[in-house]
Amino acid sequence: MTIAKTDAKICGMGHSMKRKEDPRFIRGQGRYVDDIVLPGMLYMDIVRSPYAHAKIKKIDTSAALKIPGVLAVIDGPTLAKYNLHWMPTISSDTQMVLPIDEVMYQAQEVCAVIATERYIAADGADAVEVEYEPLPPMIDPFKSIAKGAPVLRHDKKDQKDNIAFHWEAGDRADTDKAMAAAEVVVTENIYLPRIHVASMETCGCIADFDSAQGKLTVYMTTQAPHAIRTVFALVAGHVGLSEERIRIISPDIGGGFGGKVPVYPGYVIAVAASVVIGKPVKWIEDRMENLQADSFARDYHMKVELGAKKDGTMTALRIKTIADHGYSNASANPSKFPAGLFSICTGSYDLKHAFCEVDAVYTNKPPGGVAYRCSFRVTEAVHAIERITDSLAHKLNMDPAALRMKNFIKFEQFPYKSVLGWEYDSGNYAPALKKAMDIIGYDALRKEQAEKRKKGELMGIGISSFTEIVGAGPSKDFDILGIKMFDSAEIRVHPTGKAIARFGTKSQGQGHETTYAQIVAQELGIPASDVQVEEGDTDTAPYGLGTYASRSTPTSGAACAMAARKIRDKARKIAAHLLEVKEEDLEWEPGKFSVKGAPQKSKTIQECAFAAYTNHPQGMEAGMEATHYYDPPNLTFPFGSYICVVDIDSGTGVVKVRRFVAVDDCGNIINPMIVDGQIHGGLNQGLAPALYEQISYDEEGNITGGSFIDYYVPTSLESPNWETDKTTTPSPHHPFGAKGVGESATVGAPPAIANAVVDALYHLGITHLDIPITPEKVWQALKAKGATA
Amino acid sequence: MAKHKISVTVNGAVREAEVESRLLLVHLLREVFRMTGTHVGCDTSHCGACTVILDGSPVKSCTMLAVQADGCKITTVEGLEQGGKLHPVQEGFTEKHGLQCGFCTPGMMLSSVALLERNKNPSEQEIREALAGNLCRCTGYVNIVKAVQYAAEKMR
Repeated sequence: MTIAKTDAKICGMGHSMKRKEDPRFIRGQGRYVDDIVLPGMLYMDIVRSPYAHAKIKKIDTSAALKIPGVLAVIDGPTLAKYNLHWMPTISSDTQMVLPIDEVMYQAQEVCAVIATERYIAADGADAVEVEYEPLPPMIDPFKSIAKGAPVLRHDKKDQKDNIAFHWEAGDRADTDKAMAAAEVVVTENIYLPRIHVASMETCGCIADFDSAQGKLTVYMTTQAPHAIRTVFALVAGHVGLSEERIRIISPDIGGGFGGKVPVYPGYVIAVAASVVIGKPVKWIEDRMENLQADSFARDYHMKVELGAKKDGTMTALRIKTIADHGYSNASANPSKFPAGLFSICTGSYDLKHAFCEVDAVYTNKPPGGVAYRCSFRVTEAVHAIERITDSLAHKLNMDPAALRMKNFIKFEQFPYKSVLGWEYDSGNYAPALKKAMDIIGYDALRKEQAEKRKKGELMGIGISSFTEIVGAGPSKDFDILGIKMFDSAEIRVHPTGKAIARFGTKSQGQGHETTYAQIVAQELGIPASDVQVEEGDTDTAPYGLGTYASRSTPTSGAACAMAARKIRDKARKIAAHLLEVKEEDLEWEPGKFSVKGAPQKSKTIQECAFAAYTNHPQGMEAGMEATHYYDPPNLTFPFGSYICVVDIDSGTGVVKVRRFVAVDDCGNIINPMIVDGQIHGGLNQGLAPALYEQISYDEEGNITGGSFIDYYVPTSLESPNWETDKTTTPSPHHPFGAKGVGESATVGAPPAIANAVVDALYHLGITHLDIPITPEKVWQALKAKGATA
Repeated sequence: MAKHKISVTVNGAVREAEVESRLLLVHLLREVFRMTGTHVGCDTSHCGACTVILDGSPVKSCTMLAVQADGCKITTVEGLEQGGKLHPVQEGFTEKHGLQCGFCTPGMMLSSVALLERNKNPSEQEIREALAGNLCRCTGYVNIVKAVQYAAEKMR
């Protein structure tokens, strides 16, 4: 499926159009939640638990309430009066909004202070005295899952252990048999640590309840405004908030990456406060609250086994995972996929036998398991298969590129049905790896490595040839809380030929205002500069499930093309009417219908639009607009091959990424500049957990990595000069052959970096290092082998 | 709490305010003067979203009290465009796709402006060093570096 390129004036697909959202951002005129001030607005600050597990003996609010300007303190018992002290998570677990008598993780919300000013609310929070009785915290998931462990979720009547869920995919017995028969088996215990999205803007909201009209408007940092509206209606319907009286407005969002999908207690408390007090209430997290209490990502302890023949042919894959979900399963996975799309773990390889299982465990840590810039646990799956592939290469003394080439699903096998049940829509893996090898000069690097090794210098080359699975998803399999995962677009072409388009998704930096306009331009020939794009207001936009899981282009982008095609069909009828010919006598080129054989007789899309309001054919509805709800027939499967070169200082253990080449294939591209930017950013969010970021806990459940002092987001100095290129394998089922790209790099980069580090150290007997691969970790590993400089 | 009369020059205009001792400069700008282009991204002076230029130097306005800025000249993102003409750094950020969500962008641009005022021809390494106090979670910094190089060339 090739896309005809429109001229630069129309600026359809394939043009690197400058972003339509930039003019406001470069002038400091973005409108983020904290920029909004409403008349009479109050501020909320939250008191949080210093303990990972404790009884609340007493909350003394008297000193706080004496502070001039402090209006109220809202605690669990206050919310319990309205039955709002508990809420469902998106994964159908439950979570406290505010506790009655027990806290379950450090930084859990205990109560909230409402005041006239931001600083006074903070003073009030400081003045609240809470008396706790510390309880033994359950921090280690392996202890939590052990028989006889005290049950943490005693609030759940049927809960007899600490298992949130068990999930498995594949044929266990068949895989066990294949593994037993394998000529070679490699095994690694791989931990993907708890990390945080750390978007530059934290979470927050302004809840504004209009008591006269009984209408609630919430300005909030959400990637999924429509779904949030429905959740609010379900949670608070019993106190009179029905869905037509709830308006969610998601203004400009300063990065989301999955962290702005869940409903956090702060939002609900602010809503309750606004309803009770009758004034707008603003709540904005500070960074420490954001890192310490909001949903985390990953925290997967995986035992990965790969069986193969001696010639390197992979035969069987088996993965057993303990997933630490913290106090509640608050991930945002589709209902039927509690461990997300982890079963993509056979990756880019033609494996005939595979089995994977996940035991999700409760601990006294913040709830979550969000998909951080990854389509539901794909990062975990890709890390497992790409790391273990290198382990196999090392064990067999094979080149890791050659081993991958040998096992790739071949181009002629697509569409490919994986042993774990996915139908890969398209792929062409070998050319992408070959291209990455050519760009980076793979053979020369291997020679250089061999020479350096003779001199005792540590240099490694790491590959990751990942397959993504995005664009959730087909309604037969995909829903969140029962709502099918379609998405939507509505286009209105005005009489003067300009258009407005609205969507169920919500950009957080991805550039939808530009790329969606380019889709309209491609399909209708209306210049992208004449198309205004709006998202994020549930009163005006059509219903949709939002932006995460690289789903916007595969779902809403597809809906946009389909809606535009409906408009084009109508425009064709109008053009035929105006030109007094039959519809089939007309030829379309972007922006214009002309009569076959008489190209001088033509009508532009703008002329058709004008006629739709001024001179439409009798019997036809006036106007020119269309809505489409797109239910994708399948997921899309972007892929790529990444190669990373690292140099390691054996004196300090510091890993330096010398070069990193990323060859991505996301199908047909709407805006190459934006795609490149998405990949650069994704690569940085792959570098970050590979080398720097981790949230961990001490034995008492105290968080480490709870501020930017010790949660080390890479700066411009650590970040390499990313090199990108592409291959193009269009999705056969998407209306314009696109696949989604926002997350490929986050998913694909970490194993490339980890593989490069291990590649540099394997000859010393170091076979695996868990990420983040910090200088200390490398140095300790070198020291254990007597190999420090 | 004691209040203090202060006077600051913001983007060329003299502004006066009566502020508490503890008021942060960033909140003076955002909440008292209602200039919301300067953002708050952390509590620990790491992220640089609140960067402004104060008497010629880039400072993190979350790490300074409003009273300390009394008598100072401040440039914020709102002051970069002059007479309807974008600053070359603003132009560079949009031309080279140096921004995505836009949240770090004002601070990032002000650090860039301050760099280019002291170094007309910075190397890539010098640009990366000058921006190391400003975190960006979206761009991977590659296009930010290009944006600054674009502006440098334009300003030479």
